[in-house]
Amino acid sequence: MIGWCKKHRSPTSESIWAQLLLMALGLSFMAILVVLPVIAVFVEAFRQGWQAYRDALVTPQALSAIRLTLLVAVIAVPLNVLFGLTASWAIAKFDFVGKQLLTTFIDLPFSVSPVISGLIYVLLFGANSVLGQWLSDHDIQIVFAVPGLVIATIFVTFPFVARELIPLMEEQGTEEEEAAVMLGASGWRTFYSVTLPNIKWGLFYGVLLCNARAMGEFGAVSVVSGHIRGLTNTIPLHVEILYNEYNFVAAFAVASILTILALVTLLLKTLIEFKFAREITLTKKA
Amino acid sequence: MIIGELVLASALAVAFHKLKKPSIIPGFGFTLAFTLFYLAIIVLIPLSGLFFKASSSWGEFWKVVTSDRVVHAYKISFGLSFAAALVNCFFGLIIAWILARYRFPFKKIIDAMVDLPFALPTAVAGIALTALYAPQGWIGQYFAPYGIKIAFTPLGIIIALLFVGLPFIVRTVEPILQDADRELEEAALSLGATRWQTFWHVIFPSIVPALLTGFAMAFARGLGEYGSVIFIAGNIPGVSEIVPLFIVIKLEQYDYAGATAIACVMLVASFILLFLINWLQHWAGNRRVES
Repeated sequence: MIGWCKKHRSPTSESIWAQLLLMALGLSFMAILVVLPVIAVFVEAFRQGWQAYRDALVTPQALSAIRLTLLVAVIAVPLNVLFGLTASWAIAKFDFVGKQLLTTFIDLPFSVSPVISGLIYVLLFGANSVLGQWLSDHDIQIVFAVPGLVIATIFVTFPFVARELIPLMEEQGTEEEEAAVMLGASGWRTFYSVTLPNIKWGLFYGVLLCNARAMGEFGAVSVVSGHIRGLTNTIPLHVEILYNEYNFVAAFAVASILTILALVTLLLKTLIEFKFAREITLTKKA
Repeated sequence: MIIGELVLASALAVAFHKLKKPSIIPGFGFTLAFTLFYLAIIVLIPLSGLFFKASSSWGEFWKVVTSDRVVHAYKISFGLSFAAALVNCFFGLIIAWILARYRFPFKKIIDAMVDLPFALPTAVAGIALTALYAPQGWIGQYFAPYGIKIAFTPLGIIIALLFVGLPFIVRTVEPILQDADRELEEAALSLGATRWQTFWHVIFPSIVPALLTGFAMAFARGLGEYGSVIFIAGNIPGVSEIVPLFIVIKLEQYDYAGATAIACVMLVASFILLFLINWLQHWAGNRRVES
């Protein structure tokens, strides 16, 4: 490999030894910190063989956790896609006062601790608040129930789609849409036939990241769940319960589903970047 | 209440209409009204509810946020997040450097793996890191004979924060190194600078804004991090108890006022950091335009 490096050595690169040192430092840090935990999940999950792994995944609690996670994602992701599309249309296609402030507000959930993200809904809908009192009078349960999980998940995944689309749509400008409107297309038609094809990969990218976070969120969901087994347990919460019961094989088996989800997300993300490099570099630049 | 919100959002959208530049593209009023409505009910109202609740009893608030146990937790959260972000700056810069400048086998895969901490759920990262760094774990067993405990000590918390913070540094620094003007480096070389001098005096100053941005992002993320830390921390009050965990403990004791007060302090810290990050990005953007 040294010889291979030599061939490519330009006057403005480091000596071979410096290059090797940097590669060794960087790659071993990556290997120990990032790659090893992924391997550990699978090794621990299969520690007692395939049968134990399978058994851990088909318990009623695990199955209900998987169902609930899918349910939460199926509600939260489309709502945030709808929001991402409308917000980016308003922000990217028009110029108005207060635009910068609005963009900052949209990013706000990313800088709030997951625990606080859950806490705000416990305060808003919990039994001690005015709203909570009204809800319990009408027999509507939000915190410590599925609606709370959904709302907390919407909050933590709120910016993903919008923040992918806003820079992309800003970069693309408004000329194509203006042309479409002048040729007589309606607003919907302009969006569907002109804007959407231009942003489809950016949108897919945003949905991918939004979904990964929605299915994997732990802190916020943990605070609003009330830890009711079989009722408010998502996959990450189920992992925690199994782990705290010292049922390590089962905990890692269930965790392996989420790890596979993360790896598939990364794979798809890399494929999109590879195939549609131009559109994505436009996204990243802004 | 929701209908009231909708009316308010529409009214705001109409007001914004007056402040917008004319355009023939339709849909501004509707999309902005929906955006404001959704933003208000999901983010702004719940968040302001937290401050509203905290402001209801000021004396109590002050007593809670300055109690001994929580002051210890601040020190642990702020100190360890700072330390982890600093270490990440060093290794993150190296990783960004090799990804931006060198060609080697499996580079695409390694590049993709940098984002793993973003994609892997925090609870999974937490239990996996604990399995590695516990005294009988894969890595922990080599340190245990020397009396070094990693998991269940502040050192373990740093490991978890290194994991969650790494992509922030790499992803902010890498594009700057890729776009850097190599002619400047050639000029430095032809003027007789060594490679190290070129790095220190030419390249490094140009990546400082990005590095600071990445540092602030990793630090902010570390302050709020919960899932990956609680498994490895051991959670001993005053030694390895982080602020987010303390908020959860208060909640489990049904001490909503206490949890709210501490959450307010952390939220203010997050907002200051957010403001700082926006300013740093603005600064970095300007510097790139100038050069």
